[in-house]
Amino acid sequence: MFYDQITEWQHRLPESSWASYSGVDVERVLAREILRPQDLAVLLSPAALAYLEPMAKKAQAITLRNFGHTIGLFTPLYLANFCTNQCVYCSFHAGNKITRCKLTLEQIIKEGEAISSSGLQHLLLLTGESRAQSGPAYMEKCVRVLRPMFASLGLEVYPLSTEEYQRLFEAGVDSVTLFQETYDEVSYAEVHPAGPKRDYHYRLEAPDRACEAGISSVNIGALLGLSDWRRDAFYSALHADYLQKNYPGVEVSISVPRLRPYAGSFKSSAAPVTDEALVQIILAYRLFLPRAGLTLSTRESPQMRENLLPLGITRLSAGSLTSVGGYSETDNVGSNQFEISDDRSVPDVVRMIRAKGYLPAFCDWVNMRAENAVGL
Amino acid sequence: MNDIIKSINPSEDSLLIGGVNLRSRLFVGTGKFSSHEIVPRVLEASGAQVITMALRRVDWKNPQENILNYLPQNTILLPNTSGARTADEAVRIARLAQAAGCGNWVKIEVVQDQRYLLPDNWETLLATEQLVKEGFVVLPYMSPDLGAAKRLQDAGAAAIMPLGSPIGSNQGLQTKELIRILIEEISLPIIVDAGIGRPSEAAEAMEMGAAAVLVNTAIATAGDPVFMAQAFHLAVAAGRLGYLAGPGERRLKAAASSPLTGFLQEV
Repeated sequence: MFYDQITEWQHRLPESSWASYSGVDVERVLAREILRPQDLAVLLSPAALAYLEPMAKKAQAITLRNFGHTIGLFTPLYLANFCTNQCVYCSFHAGNKITRCKLTLEQIIKEGEAISSSGLQHLLLLTGESRAQSGPAYMEKCVRVLRPMFASLGLEVYPLSTEEYQRLFEAGVDSVTLFQETYDEVSYAEVHPAGPKRDYHYRLEAPDRACEAGISSVNIGALLGLSDWRRDAFYSALHADYLQKNYPGVEVSISVPRLRPYAGSFKSSAAPVTDEALVQIILAYRLFLPRAGLTLSTRESPQMRENLLPLGITRLSAGSLTSVGGYSETDNVGSNQFEISDDRSVPDVVRMIRAKGYLPAFCDWVNMRAENAVGL
Repeated sequence: MNDIIKSINPSEDSLLIGGVNLRSRLFVGTGKFSSHEIVPRVLEASGAQVITMALRRVDWKNPQENILNYLPQNTILLPNTSGARTADEAVRIARLAQAAGCGNWVKIEVVQDQRYLLPDNWETLLATEQLVKEGFVVLPYMSPDLGAAKRLQDAGAAAIMPLGSPIGSNQGLQTKELIRILIEEISLPIIVDAGIGRPSEAAEAMEMGAAAVLVNTAIATAGDPVFMAQAFHLAVAAGRLGYLAGPGERRLKAAASSPLTGFLQEV
């Protein structure tokens, strides 16, 4: 399992080693075609900062070869925000006094129609972690009503069992997004003081279970800035590499979420992820994982998204609302999970993508599994 | 062999697939371009008659985003089953394509390896058998393996599409010797698909006797895709003509163009 690799690298990546790399090491890595984990560490080290431009050129060329000028578009749909976890960095935290709600199937259809009318056909479904309020059976019902409206349905929820993933796959789920938040076990325990999410290993192995259940696309990542970003970026990329090797039929993507302001008072003790650091992370991911999807959400500002786009990004969220029931303005609108920075409409994001010389792809998938998947 | 070639008049040269006589031996893909608007110009410059597109990327809901609305009227559509990981999924995609009015040609693409996107010949064969039975003109994309190609031929494939190197890699004809064997041993048209990065590599494939080449990434990601499409058009035509003309032997040492003892042969 991937945990074995974390343990192995724990000893090979001591705190001090980041500074031990030099420009010569970076140049040697840039001359390589296929990178090893030790090369990834070099690209994430301070020495690589002086090489962001050549890294960017190489990252762009690799991305064009593998993905062309295409940028996949998707949008999140928050189904419910009941949560039993106490993640100190999240607004849905069980202890936060926010408006809690979950959408009824009628409301979900309304939300789906509102999103579908914007042209978007890739939908990511989210809930907080509450088996009582938003359990797998609820998710399955949601998937079944939304299935005919969208080309693909993704799930970004708490970790499930293999059997649960299997049922949801049969119902029509195409992809699973699940962030480990931080790969550092000590930091993980600190920021998840209570609730089922405390189980580091159950979460770490969830992508394996999703792959085993037949899901054809998984998206992972760390919430950068929660803990030491260099280590978290290193392990995120190594995790993606592990999944690619073990489940060759699965499309593996990696997201680059940075900590955002939210309704609470959490201040991470780790160094913040500067714009420069975020660029370095994206470039290191692309050079190490030429075939992985790279996902950028509306957590980043419009300006940042425009500039990051040509560095290797392959998927963008657009027109995102992080409140429950936000799209069709149903009466029970729940609180936001986090503040979004890019609140532009879908047409505005599409215009931006085109202006950068890219082709926005509303549809790049056909579900061939579910009974009521999109016919033509 | 050479006599047969000499009897072909290059101006009458055409490629017969699925009952259609194709004048152009360059097939073009529609993925990876920076806009749909550039596609018609690229196709015109390429002279291609057969255009492939991934069914999964056809946007049926948004007409301005639907690639099919940018293709010329007389195009022969070659929908491909990109995204399929099994024969069953490929068959379903082919049926969807047909139901959507994309004709009955299909390029089978079954890939279970997302890192190199190498085709799975076994699943490809299963899908080919099924779709031939259903009346499709089947062009399977495959790893160049003689045994698999023979089975695809027996299954009723209309052509065989071996890869030159992994999709999008622009590495050219890394599998050259294996493709040469297919050209020699398989009686179906051999269309080199994937990996061709430069016009010279397309010409090389055609000189070897490939029936056609399929190019996408090399055109779509070129600095000027329209010029590159034209360059491939010329390279494919030149390579084909070179093949038909029957190239001279290769030797290790020089052979004078006007040999001194040439007069002895003139009697």
